[in-house]
Amino acid sequence: MAQAGSGNFRLESSPGKSGDDLVLSISGCLDRSALEPALAEVRNLLQQNRPKRLILELGKLESLDSAGALALTMMQQEAQAMGAAAELKNLAGSAADLQSLLDPQELAKPPLIPEARKQDFISEVGQSFLEVMDDFKQMVTFLGDFAIASVRAIKNPKLVRWSDVALYMEKVGVDGLPIVGLISFLLGLIIAFMSSLQLASFGANIFVASLVAVAMVRELGPIMTAVLIAGRSGSAFAAEIGTMKVNEEVDALSVMGYNPVSFLAVPKVLASLIVIPLLTLYSDLLAILGGMMVGVLGLDLTVYSYVQQTVKSLDVSDVTSGLAKSIFFAVIIAGVGCQRGFTVRGGAQAVGSATTSAVVTAMFLIIVTDSIFAIVLHYLEW
Amino acid sequence: MGGTNGIEQGQTRRRIDPSGGISGREYDWPQGPPAAPLAIKVENLTAAYGEDVILKDVNFSVKRGEVVVIAGGSGCGKSTLLKHIIGLYPLAGGRVEINGVDMAAASDRELSVVRQGFGVLFQSGALFGSFNLLENVTLPLLDFTNLSRRAANLVGRAKLAMVNLAGYENHLPSELSGGMQKRAGLARAMALDPAILFFDEPSAGLDPITAAELDRLIIRINQAMGTTMVIVTHELASIYNIAHRVVMLDKTVKGIIAQGPPKELRDSSSDPRVSDFFHRRPAER
Repeated sequence: MAQAGSGNFRLESSPGKSGDDLVLSISGCLDRSALEPALAEVRNLLQQNRPKRLILELGKLESLDSAGALALTMMQQEAQAMGAAAELKNLAGSAADLQSLLDPQELAKPPLIPEARKQDFISEVGQSFLEVMDDFKQMVTFLGDFAIASVRAIKNPKLVRWSDVALYMEKVGVDGLPIVGLISFLLGLIIAFMSSLQLASFGANIFVASLVAVAMVRELGPIMTAVLIAGRSGSAFAAEIGTMKVNEEVDALSVMGYNPVSFLAVPKVLASLIVIPLLTLYSDLLAILGGMMVGVLGLDLTVYSYVQQTVKSLDVSDVTSGLAKSIFFAVIIAGVGCQRGFTVRGGAQAVGSATTSAVVTAMFLIIVTDSIFAIVLHYLEW
Repeated sequence: MGGTNGIEQGQTRRRIDPSGGISGREYDWPQGPPAAPLAIKVENLTAAYGEDVILKDVNFSVKRGEVVVIAGGSGCGKSTLLKHIIGLYPLAGGRVEINGVDMAAASDRELSVVRQGFGVLFQSGALFGSFNLLENVTLPLLDFTNLSRRAANLVGRAKLAMVNLAGYENHLPSELSGGMQKRAGLARAMALDPAILFFDEPSAGLDPITAAELDRLIIRINQAMGTTMVIVTHELASIYNIAHRVVMLDKTVKGIIAQGPPKELRDSSSDPRVSDFFHRRPAER
């Protein structure tokens, strides 16, 4: 008779009545901590003894959990794999009930689909290309749907959900005022401070006002506002519509006879079209105030001279070009946010991916659009 | 049994009862198993969302190994009661003891131990969408036990096989039907062999056959593992199949209006609200 075991379980092996039998008496607690050592021990004994029949004597077993029941089933399977018959003896009561929950045939079932493996480089490139093409197709389809919905809204403004437009104007515009204002003010302050370090050595302090005004009104104001709103509201649009897709609310709109794009996207785009240019003007103003703070407190300029220089530096085209850009940015932010929301399939993870994608895509398109504006305005001498 | 407040760290071992432990659906009600200590004790529980009081002064207890169904009409606070018992929402008043631990007074460490001692099947399954089924089930095994990944995978596959999902280990939750998601949620809830299982509307949205299969699985788990179960449902067929005892809530009294074995409540209750519920009679207006 040999003894083995670890933790709370003990294993005693002895030959059976017939010389070809192996009797394993298991006592103590056969639980999850015993799963691996018990299996290894039984495997070892089976290989050493090569029995024709394995008898697992369980009369002295004190407790059994589901992992212990699994261990017993796997011991039987190990014996059968070596060509030996296997039986459980004296397994009674709820332990037998627990054992009966594990069907060996079910346990032996192979996975219906293979574990996801990492693709090779070529496959990944191909897959990415297909995804980009699919993405492009979805974007074009959404643009088409949106164009149709917009034409309908223009023809019949009563179709537009104006209460939703007002709600999103508040969410995008009013709620965005503090962060847009703070960032713009600090940006104006930084530009003024950094440029003053250089311009002061030439005695050209007054041109700090020109630099802040032109840089912010023509370029940085629209871009900073757009980036902030893309992060704040574009992502929120994608998450909101994405969650509605997951909860089948978008399907419900369709079967009720609504056009989901008209119902969900048009109010968001309209609201963005109204408030983002206004936020851009607000951003320009706050940045100029930030620059003025540095000019007045650090460069001995008066408020009057700073304002005079700012007004002298700017002309109407600076302001209108910034506003024109912001209109395009508004369509990009709201459109991309809504489009990404409509592409959601699956659950929470897909909503997260759509939200990230909405922000990244919007920022990329904002920069591309700004570059196009820079070139076009240069040739138009605007 | 070393552990905190009578609960063994990270697992629940059970002495095998040679007589077979709990057998059949008929509990020796109202006495119950004489030596069975309480698994759950709810005293004067008051639940509120802000100023809106949903439940007031609710008292009941659940014995070890017992299957208790919390039933009642829509909006009576069944799910609210369950979520307050498991500690998802803070109590507005009263106390809840699980395995002898006062949930409101317990330290974070004690709460963690208590929570490892129970499993919850949420209404939608609440599987993690980015994990496949095996990863969902093995997550607590890898984090709260000393099992190796190989052993955890073996146990995880066994749990999936117990709920008839063998072969689906590499599937994502989104690739499964509602019934399969619930069964997978049950496999995850059972991962650590908890002493107590809570179910929130397990049969909701399932076809009768799938619902009956889930009921049978609940009964088999209760018989085989002696698991205490608290089940929120208003499916009468399920209640008759699985419940040892029903705790019935009512919206108007914001609390319990009846307790007892389902057939006894159906046949002998003099309260018209209870009788209407068990006979599926529309309330008179």
